[in-house]
Parts: sequence; structure tokens; C-alpha cells
Amino acid sequence: MTALKGFIIKESKHILRDWKTLVILFVIPVALVLIIGYVVSIDVKDTVIGVYDKARDSESARLTARIASSGYFKPVKVITHDAEIAPAFRSGSIRMVVVIGERFGSRMLQNEGAVVQIIADASEANTAQLLSIYCEGVIQSFAAGEDVVVKPPVEVEVRMFFNPSLNGVYMSIPGIMALVLIIITAMMTSLSITREKELGSMEILLASPLTPFQIIIGKVTPYLALATINAVTVVLLGYFVFRVPMTGSWELLFLINFVYIFLSLALGILISSLAPTQMVAMFASLFGLLLPTMLLSGFIFPLENMPWWLQALSRILPPRYYVEAVKAVMIQGSTLEVVWQRLIVMVAFGLIYMAAAVKKFKIRLD
Amino acid sequence: MIKVRNICKSFGAVRALNDVSFEVRENELFGLIGPDGAGKSTLFHILISLMKPDSGDVALWGLDSVRDYRAIRKIIGYMPGKFSLYEDLTVEENLQFFASVFGVRVEENYRLIEDVYRHIAPFGKRPAGKLSGGMKQKLALSCALIHKPRLLVLDEPTTGVDAVSRKEFWDNLKTVRQAGVTAIVATPYMDEAALCDRIAFINNGHIFSVDTPQNIVKRTTQRIFAVRAANMRTLPALCRSLPGVMAAYSFGDAVHLAMNRHDAEAGEIRQQLICLACEKVEVKTVAPIIEDCFIITVKNQK
Repeated sequence: MTALKGFIIKESKHILRDWKTLVILFVIPVALVLIIGYVVSIDVKDTVIGVYDKARDSESARLTARIASSGYFKPVKVITHDAEIAPAFRSGSIRMVVVIGERFGSRMLQNEGAVVQIIADASEANTAQLLSIYCEGVIQSFAAGEDVVVKPPVEVEVRMFFNPSLNGVYMSIPGIMALVLIIITAMMTSLSITREKELGSMEILLASPLTPFQIIIGKVTPYLALATINAVTVVLLGYFVFRVPMTGSWELLFLINFVYIFLSLALGILISSLAPTQMVAMFASLFGLLLPTMLLSGFIFPLENMPWWLQALSRILPPRYYVEAVKAVMIQGSTLEVVWQRLIVMVAFGLIYMAAAVKKFKIRLD
Repeated sequence: MIKVRNICKSFGAVRALNDVSFEVRENELFGLIGPDGAGKSTLFHILISLMKPDSGDVALWGLDSVRDYRAIRKIIGYMPGKFSLYEDLTVEENLQFFASVFGVRVEENYRLIEDVYRHIAPFGKRPAGKLSGGMKQKLALSCALIHKPRLLVLDEPTTGVDAVSRKEFWDNLKTVRQAGVTAIVATPYMDEAALCDRIAFINNGHIFSVDTPQNIVKRTTQRIFAVRAANMRTLPALCRSLPGVMAAYSFGDAVHLAMNRHDAEAGEIRQQLICLACEKVEVKTVAPIIEDCFIITVKNQK
């Protein structure tokens, strides 16, 4: 039996024997997908709003009814005075107020330009923006339905391509995959190498003919298999439970995942080459990988709204490219011609990390 | 043939090894005797290429421990002081793993480890972490030997092991030596020194008296007395105040007294101690053993 094969077998046994960790490794990704999938979803549904009807005519009543029946909003409060709006927001009883301007019906009929104002609680800026867009849509369609209304000179028609209902899970699934894979692979490999340092067995391995390359590949291979299983679990959950569309090719998705896992493993090895103990390795993976992946991959917060230096930072972190590539393949149905650049970037990152890890791997104790 | 020449090694301000030189002959069982913190482990790390010395060099059969580290790592078997096998793997799996690391099959060299391994073979399916201290050491020795190394390096292999297992372990070492393996053993136990072909004392990073245990004992010129009295606790301090005393130290149930004067007599010492208000004083001349030699050597150095 070759040294490398023996090492891989030994490493797999460590993983399989530690069944508690193994359970966690399989349960955590599933739990993360379910939690984030259900909680982070920012879909608009039955949002409580207030209506301030200054017109009080039949048209304004019809508009109110239209908004209420849209399914997005639920008018729960009747506002009669401007001064009531801010306190209502503060108390949290409503998220938005639709103000229907005076003489709404007659202005509409006489083509004088009826006015509807949308006031949103922007203490949650993203939600406010989303709500106002939805509401605008409802009002536009209401106005369009009235034959009497002359069409405005410029009509803006918004269509949300690939994700017409603005389903938040479509964004979350690739993000969660990025998160789960990098944590499991990078953290687990870095822990498993630093564990050998703490245990003292690294001393024996170093004093043996094993090369750094053999030790690293031996450590990486079993986790590669484990992470692949995780990637498949997360994709299937997204596909079957959250109905994330799969418009591109499965092979390409697999390739992207494989490259990303390889890159994460290389990063884990690099961390363990530098970290002397499991504790250090753990904190390095958590703060060095978890947070940037969550915040700078565009998965929770849109990258476009970030200051330039954070955007620049996100460009040197690999999760961003992965999330973009996965989204492109799953949701937009992109082919290799579109995502190859991102793949190349990830492969390059992986190779750089791996080279640094092999170079930094200490062949002696001091 | 191992040649250690003028090795120095410091960790920050601490001088771990200070101009260490000695040689180990082919197929010798060589003992490195010294207390904890003497520098034994550091010396071993340098010997087996795991550390670079600040100055000096080590040659193992002509291989330089810094330059030829790859070649060296193929011909050594190393057993660290701390039990470092995989506790979640079984006895057999540990052995199998180390065989694969060195590219050998367990059966190839089984004869070499048979004497050691047959004690633990019945527990082959047990995780290594569930073995007793003595059995762990036997497994570690088996794993260090499975590739039939030219040099076996054992760092305090019997620390924390019961007396019976210690004896068995040393019997095993004799067998290994007969199979043609050169072995270097570090131990803080003086009684184990007598079991080695040659020994070196090590203390505070210095090496002294490299010789056979018999010669080291023979060369000792100081006279050793075993002293007992009613006040055993204060006795070493009282003894040290006597004229001509080189060292006084507790030794089993007595205090050993090493005298510089060759004409020192038991009766004379007894009288002096009685003058110091000691009761039930007994003084006997005893033949020096390795521990006496170590203390005298260290004392001489200071």
C-alpha cells in the first residue's frame, strides 16, 4: 500500500469514527438552508399598511380595494391626519402608508393627473424600497385598467427577469452553499491538521518519509468527498424544497462546486500551516472566512450598495465569484462561455493558496 | 555510526544545548541519562532532523541531519516522549498505518516486532486510546520499528509505565538490538542506565561522562556512605555541613554522602553527626551506583 493511500484511509477513519462531528457536518448545512431559506426570504406578503384617503370618492375606494386584494398588502389602519403617520410607524403597527390625493376620482377622470403618495418606513431601508416598488406596481396596474386614463407619455415597465416574483431564496441558496462549503472544508481541514500538531503525532509524521504534499493531499481528499456530499444536499434542498430553478447544466454546477471546494480546502490547509493550535485555527476560519463570506459575497447585502473599498475587498475574496457563478448557472441558465472567467479566478485562488500552504508547511519543528 | 559534534541550540535566552559532542557506535544501545529539562528531547529533535542546530552538526552514517533530512527520515524510527499514536484507531490500524507510511508491509518485518507486539496482539481490535500505559508504549515501539529502522530513537519510553512493563520494555530493547538496530534511549531513570551498552549524562544542556555504565562506576574516586538517623528530614542538610562532603542527597530510605576525602571513615562521620545532635545514627560504606556517579559528575561540573 502506498503512503498516500494509507494516509487517506487513516484520515477517513478519523472522520468516520468521530460520528458526533459527522452528524453535525450533515445536519448544519440542512439546518442552515432551511433557516436562512425561510427566515431571510424578504418576500412581500400581507404587509400591514395604513391608508390615508383624502379623496373619499368611489375611485379612491376602488384603489384601496385593489391594494388590499393584491395579496401583498393588508390595510389595517385608516389614517385621517398627517400627524398620525409618524407615530404609527414608531409603534410598528404599519410599515407603509398610501396617501390618496384630494379629488382623486375626478382628477383621474378629467385627466388632471391624480396623485398617490407612498410613504414607507425607511428605518428598514431595503424593505421600504421593496414595498414601495410593489405598491407602485399595484397602482400602475390599477391606473392602466382604467380606459379613461390617457397613457403617460413615457411608460416604465419593470419586469424581474429570472426571478419574476423576487423570491429571496434564489439569492440565499447559492450564498448558503458558499458559506457551508467554505466552513466545512476550510475549518475542518485546518482543525484536523492542527489537532495532529497538538496531539504530537505531527512530530512522528514529520520524522517519517512523508512529504508535505502527501500529508496535505491525504488530509484534503476525505474532506473533498464530504464537502461534495454537502454541496449535493444543499443543491437538492434548494431545488426540491425552495423550488430554486435549475436552468443551466448540472455538470457545470458540479464543476463550479468542485473548484470552490478545492479552493476552500487549500485555504484550510494554509490556515493550518500558520495556526499552531486548534483554537487559533477555529477563530481564523470563523472570522477570516465566515464573516467575509456572509457579508461580502453579495448573498445577504447587495455588493452594489457598498462603498468602493468593500467592493474591492470582495473582489479578492473567492466566495463572491462562486456565488455569481452558481447564480448564473442555476437561475440564468448560463453556460461555460459565461462563467469561465469566474472559474479561472477560483482555480487561480486555489492554486495560490495551495502553493502557499505547501511552501509554508513546516518540515521541521522550529 | 552517529557523530554529534559541538551542537549548540538556544530558545531565546535559554541555552538548551551547549557544545554537545558524542558518538554512538553501530548496533549499540546508547542511554542518554538526565533529569527533565536537561535537553534530551531537544538533542533528539536535532538528531532526527526535526530541528536545526544553531551550530555544530550531526552525521548519521555520513548523512547530515540538516542537508540530508529526507534520507535520514527513511532510516530512523522515532518514539516521542508523549504518546502520539492515534487513539481513535485500533492497535492494528495504527501499526498498518505506520507500515504504509514507510512503504512496507506489516508481515515483512513482523519478526522484528514479534516480541513486543505479541503482548498487545490480543487487543488488536481495541482503540489505542483504551490501552494501558505499558501497552501504549509497546504499540508505539512496534510502530517505530515496523520499517526496520537503522536507528531507533526513544524519548523517555518508560516514563509513567509500571515497573513490570518497564522491565519487559527493556528486554524488548535488547532483542531489537540483537536484530542489528542501533538504539538511543533517553531516560530520567538512573537504574535503566545499567541496562545500556554505553551512556552519557546530560544536565543543563551539557554532556558528561560518555562511557559504559561499568566504567563510569569504576572511575568514581569518591567514597559513598549510606546514612540513616532518627531525623531523616533534616539529615541531608546536616550532612552537607560536615567537612569534606561533596554531596548529600536522599536515596531510598537513606541519605547518600559522597566524600571528597579518600580516607573518610564511617565511624568518623557517625561521631560528627552525633555531635550535631542526631540520634540513632547508622553509617555504612556502599559501592557507588550510577545515580551517585551522576550527582557527583554534575556537582563536579559546578
